[in-house]
Amino acid sequence: MATLIKPVSGWGRYPVQSCEIERPERYADLKPSSPTLIARGQGRSYGDAALNENGHVILTERVNRLLLLDVENGILRAESGVTLDEVLNAIVPKGWFLPVTPGTKHVSLGGCVAADVHGKNHHHDGSFGNHVLSIELIKADGSRIECSPENHSDIFWATVGGMGLTGIIGEVTIKLIHIHSSQMMVRHYKTPNLEQIFKLLENPTADDSYTVAWIDSLVSGRELGRGVVMCGHHANDDELPFRIENRYNIKKRHAISIPFNFPAFTLNSFSIRKFNAFYYSHEGKKTSPYLTDYDPYFYPLDGLNNWNRMYGKQGFLQYQCVIPDKTSFEGIKAILETLTNSRHPSFLAVLKRLGAESKGMLSFTMTGYTLALDLPIRDQGIFPLLNRLDQIVMQHGGRVYLAKDARLSPESFHTMYPRYEEWLNVKTLIDPENRFRSSLSQRLKIGETA
Amino acid sequence: MSDTVLILGATSAIARATAAAFAAKGNDLYLAARDKDELERTAADLQIRYGVKVSYGLFDAEAIETHEPFFQDVVQEMHGISGVVLAFGFLGDQLAARDFKTGAKIIANNFTGAASFLSICANYFEPLQFGFIIGITSVAGDRGRQSNYVYGAAKGALSLFLQGLRNRLFSSGVRVITVKPGFVDTAMTFGMPGLFLVASPEYVGNRIVGALNKSSDIIYLPWFWRYIMLIIKHIPEFIFKRMKL
Repeated sequence: MATLIKPVSGWGRYPVQSCEIERPERYADLKPSSPTLIARGQGRSYGDAALNENGHVILTERVNRLLLLDVENGILRAESGVTLDEVLNAIVPKGWFLPVTPGTKHVSLGGCVAADVHGKNHHHDGSFGNHVLSIELIKADGSRIECSPENHSDIFWATVGGMGLTGIIGEVTIKLIHIHSSQMMVRHYKTPNLEQIFKLLENPTADDSYTVAWIDSLVSGRELGRGVVMCGHHANDDELPFRIENRYNIKKRHAISIPFNFPAFTLNSFSIRKFNAFYYSHEGKKTSPYLTDYDPYFYPLDGLNNWNRMYGKQGFLQYQCVIPDKTSFEGIKAILETLTNSRHPSFLAVLKRLGAESKGMLSFTMTGYTLALDLPIRDQGIFPLLNRLDQIVMQHGGRVYLAKDARLSPESFHTMYPRYEEWLNVKTLIDPENRFRSSLSQRLKIGETA
Repeated sequence: MSDTVLILGATSAIARATAAAFAAKGNDLYLAARDKDELERTAADLQIRYGVKVSYGLFDAEAIETHEPFFQDVVQEMHGISGVVLAFGFLGDQLAARDFKTGAKIIANNFTGAASFLSICANYFEPLQFGFIIGITSVAGDRGRQSNYVYGAAKGALSLFLQGLRNRLFSSGVRVITVKPGFVDTAMTFGMPGLFLVASPEYVGNRIVGALNKSSDIIYLPWFWRYIMLIIKHIPEFIFKRMKL
């Protein structure tokens, strides 16, 4: 198959590496044709998870067919390259929704499995892998295996959250959830500090199917961690307007494109501080419940194409960590303090409560709280700062999300992911030559036998 | 009359996008190609996304003796068809084509196979005084160049054939549209050096279907290829032969 050598990066646009790209268009061509490879869907992981410097990258974007939609039982089977956007366009008009969705719909189904993504409903429904009924995995020797929680469950749980390192995810079958309309019923709580945010997230009366807190990461002292807790659910029959023409209508949003890299000075402490203050008061006003389409609710940033260009040419790092329940408040507080005391403002900070730990051996989620930060790379000082955050995370028993990582150390990775040896056993069994590699796996020494 | 569109070479990226654009308009589809697994997948996909009826069958452009029975089967199964999109093609290895064994295969696929099938379609639509034929050729057929003249010659011949069919079928009200894509982002062009202004298959598919509502008989995709080719066609031969194109 023809290949294309070009510099590529993840969504954070750091690092940029030269990779040899293949793009199969037929399902039969989705196979390990080169010595070392990694599958890449939409390239929406932030760091180097879908890069393979000096090796092959198999683009799955043309292997994107919907194969089965059972509208009676809410079951969907599709090729892994299909995006959540395409899936939603097919299922929402029929009264179904994704059981779990990350914050962008421009990700591939295979990527959702490989990163075992989570959404705002993790505390109720767990991560994506919980809702996967089965996977067809294309192994290193080219053979295909159907695995599920019942059948070859070790391969299944090594693949869910396995960052594409067990093989190419070919087809995925998922269980959908039923919805009464395409509308969401949403309510916000303006919250003055971190203590109050934790109290609200723990409070069952304030909680909803989807709950998330936006945090103003630039205020310190008594106001540290002030923010807005946002709760929502798919609107029930009695919450819909009396007369509704088509309850499953999908409104087409016209996305605005960011045409070029923003110059470095546009995102500075001053502009971010101003933006955060505005956002805090504006979103904090929405204290009474309101109806909105699912699209802007789940995917606010999808309204801006190429929003990663706002971080300038240098790119940005997303730092997402989870801290287990017992130590979460102290841990998150320590991270926010370290951050506000540094010269590196975070444009975005999002806090979520997570429920039961995923069964994926390398999955990110565990019961506790997760904080996600967007940090522009303005100078090299960001790297030691994030190493300090890693230390805080490890001291509190937490871990960093591989799908967003670009700079973790192998030592930290091994401390954070205690089920690694178990995963490695499965990996060695189905990919003995370690052909499935990525820049991430090479950096963190994942898959290498000692 | 059925509103089914028959698409030949249906598993290519351009054909898939064209099929999707027809399905989005509500047309039922019959997909034909050589790869059964791909046909099955593509048919399921279009059916789920657009809620139209999609059938499929195996078809080999080079096996011309099978064309007539295949076409009759499709017409019978779909209770008639309203249009045909001929999207198959074979670029081949242009260096290998210097040996005519390979060259003959390129011609057999792109021209002989196409001409055979289009003749059957024309004979079907003419007495019905209804229907359309869309043939996808290539800008490569507009002038012979050292880099792909065998493919170009076959596509150029197909363009002429379509032109003749258009002339013949005009009085019976059957539309014949010649589509000449430039560089399109497909498996055929992926990784090729020196590409510029590459169009997406979706763009091409939407324009092909949109052409039925317009009066043009020959469409270049994207449009500016008409002018690029106009210039290329008018370079005098004594200069052109010295160029490395």
